[in-house]
Amino acid sequence: MVNRVVVGAHYGLLDWLAQRITGALIALYLVVLGGGWLLATRPLTFETWQGLFAQGWMRVATLLFAVSVAWHAWIGLRDILMDYVKPAGLRLGLQVLVLLTVAAYLGWAVQILWR
Amino acid sequence: MSTTAAKKNRPKYLSLRALLFEIRLPLPGWISILHRVSGLMLFLATVWVLYLLDRSLASAAGFEAIQHYVSLPVVRISLLILVWAVCHHLCAGIRFLFLDLDRGVDRETARLTSWIVLAASFGLTALFGARLMW
Repeated sequence: MVNRVVVGAHYGLLDWLAQRITGALIALYLVVLGGGWLLATRPLTFETWQGLFAQGWMRVATLLFAVSVAWHAWIGLRDILMDYVKPAGLRLGLQVLVLLTVAAYLGWAVQILWR
Repeated sequence: MSTTAAKKNRPKYLSLRALLFEIRLPLPGWISILHRVSGLMLFLATVWVLYLLDRSLASAAGFEAIQHYVSLPVVRISLLILVWAVCHHLCAGIRFLFLDLDRGVDRETARLTSWIVLAASFGLTALFGARLMW
């Protein structure tokens, strides 16, 4: 273990931590939803499906999941672009595209949950 | 020793040939790159998942249309690939969290957990696939 004095704005550390915390939240949601889906009675009806997403707690849980995914995806895609895309202009353009896509996904998710 | 090192062709650039045929990536490396690939796949597929969720929740007619849509063989195979991407990304991600905590970083354990991740993600995909198809 190397003892280092951490200097600077520390936003890299925040991203690193955010990637792991959002990852854990996503995992929790997916394990619960996936387990429920495996155990659910068949066939799945529209009433059951819509009823599930009409619950307040489900909407809030799914919103937190969507925000986690958006944040997680942004950091992950940014890491991929930093590793493989060297020209600064192209990289910035792609990063803006990723941010806009993530924001659009999130907006759509909110619209689906509270229509 | 310094003379033999000097004779080597340096720097050595990675060619597609080298990547495909000359360099053998160890299993933990495969788990890592597949984590990236599956993450990118999930990012790109989110628009499709949101479409499925949107239509299936909008109305009873939309729900039926989506049920018919996901019964098409091409859609089923695509869904199965997506389920694999989720399972691999999840299992490999849990492994990385343990590595962050300095658990399982020695070579033997790292190889073992890599096999577990690979097997678990395929096993879970098979389980969800079976539930999806029948």
